[in-house]
Amino acid sequence: MTRMTPDLAIETHGLVKTFGETRAVDGVDLAVPAGGVYGVLGPNGAGKTTTIRMLATLLPPDGGTAYVLGHDVAHEAAEVRSRVALTGQFASLDEDLSGSENLVLIARLQGYSRAAAKERAAELLEAFGLTAAARKQVKAYSGGMRRRLDIAGSIVVRPDLMFLDEPTTGLDPRSRNQVWEIVRALVRAGTTVLLTTQYLEEADQLADRIAVIDHGRVIAEGTSGELKASVGSGAVKVRVADPADRPALAAMLAEALDAEAVLDSDPASLSFRVADATRVAGALHRAGEHGLRVSEYSLGQPSLDEVFLALTGRPADDGTTREPTAEEVPA
Amino acid sequence: MTTTTRAESAHQDDPALDASVIAAVGGAGRPRHAGPVSASLTYGWRALLKIKHVPEQLFDVTMFPIMFTLMFTYVFGGAMAGSPGEYLQYALPGILTQTVVFITMYTAMTINTDIEKGVFDRFRSLPVWRPALLVGALLGDALRYVIASTVVLTVGVAIGYRAPGGLLGVVAAVALLVLFCVSLTWLWLIVGLKVRTPNAVMGISMMVLFPLTFVSSVFAPPETMPGWLQAFVDVNPVTLLVEAARGLMDDAADGGDISLVVLLSVVITAVFAPIALRLYNRKT
Repeated sequence: MTRMTPDLAIETHGLVKTFGETRAVDGVDLAVPAGGVYGVLGPNGAGKTTTIRMLATLLPPDGGTAYVLGHDVAHEAAEVRSRVALTGQFASLDEDLSGSENLVLIARLQGYSRAAAKERAAELLEAFGLTAAARKQVKAYSGGMRRRLDIAGSIVVRPDLMFLDEPTTGLDPRSRNQVWEIVRALVRAGTTVLLTTQYLEEADQLADRIAVIDHGRVIAEGTSGELKASVGSGAVKVRVADPADRPALAAMLAEALDAEAVLDSDPASLSFRVADATRVAGALHRAGEHGLRVSEYSLGQPSLDEVFLALTGRPADDGTTREPTAEEVPA
Repeated sequence: MTTTTRAESAHQDDPALDASVIAAVGGAGRPRHAGPVSASLTYGWRALLKIKHVPEQLFDVTMFPIMFTLMFTYVFGGAMAGSPGEYLQYALPGILTQTVVFITMYTAMTINTDIEKGVFDRFRSLPVWRPALLVGALLGDALRYVIASTVVLTVGVAIGYRAPGGLLGVVAAVALLVLFCVSLTWLWLIVGLKVRTPNAVMGISMMVLFPLTFVSSVFAPPETMPGWLQAFVDVNPVTLLVEAARGLMDDAADGGDISLVVLLSVVITAVFAPIALRLYNRKT
């Protein structure tokens, strides 16, 4: 068996996992550099969670090879486990216990003495803004608090590699920003983070490199700039003050932006997908000079949907595959 | 001015959080991993904490034994043994056995709930001796068995039960019960790992436990039953367990029965513990 390439935190070749008839992961090749954040972007059921579970040694692969921090996940699971941590999609906490007890439990299992475990738990609760809730049962925590406690549990001993499975799904914007900050702090401390997400914005904010996966395969890989270049800069949405102006404005902007106008069902609204966003301001300015009054406009990033459309020719959420949940997987 | 500053700090989110997180992350030492014994005890501590936070879970362990003891004594006692008092002398060791055997199924419920909640993944991704979680669960369960036994015996003594075997006999009987039931727990772990939902676990356990505990010498001497039923009672391990416990409490300890129970416990553990551990390690 060949050693993995140096400086890679994760290297997989043709990784496969099947559940009955479904090939949940269908030949995934990943090369994740050590340090920084690596994003795995894909819709529900693309195989993200299954891939992570194999890399974290919770699920044996059915085919292919995977090296994590230089260790084969299939044969050196113990070595892998001692250096990685996993924060699952659903908070992996004991809801009956308090936040503090959850962390003390993990710290004790990691080998801390009773006193040191308590100290470490208090330190983490403080850092994650959970001191006030330390003695409350996790049951009573909000989604954001659970997520933070879950991440705190993963860094009781700072792992060299951390898997974060959809860390912000279902969180409000403030909690989401806190999680992002925590991820950045972890990276600064030297941990490599592999995170899965359904949101292009999240991958864009955090990840140095992104793999887009769909139907269990990597369909694109690169920096977010490279991925976006393949889609164009995104969508320009424009509202006219008077719906009667819409046809004239549509024609004018279509020419100026070299893009096709999409007329929305709202009679005052229209949008364009543009390759070069720098031309938008000038074009709108000229429209104003011609007496076409624009009441508002926005320049949005391409959405995951648009990335998918560009990469696969179909929207992300066609939902033909579904990732089996743990209980559906035959034991 | 103010607006700009605020916008900036909003963009960087919370610098205070960042700094303390970095400090907390950096402060992490790397202790030696907990050994198998320490890890098992830690999981046992978790079981205690769960009892502390969710005392309702002891409801089944305390209320059923009380109900059983009172109901059987006063409803059937007169009819079966002439008077409730005499029946109690016969039935109490049986009720004790039935109670403890019955609550073994909570092991399956606990592990099944853990798997459903996701906390199972966390534990399995930690670098500790994997069976520790199961051993810790056994420790917690053993404690429940002792609590339930204490409840039954207290109620029994309160309504007039006196053990001819004395305190020593009673303690020995409880110890024997706990030993047997801990071995049975391995079987329940297999059920808990195999079955999909806690509800299904409940259904299966009722189907197994009702016949096993009732069709035995727990409530009535087998001599009064039809021959075909006696045949089952005779091979039912619960009968053996009841007779051994009853012997100890009645000051008529049967060395043969006791040795058989111990042997059976060892055999059950030897056969089912490896299967449970194998399933647990491969659980996806």
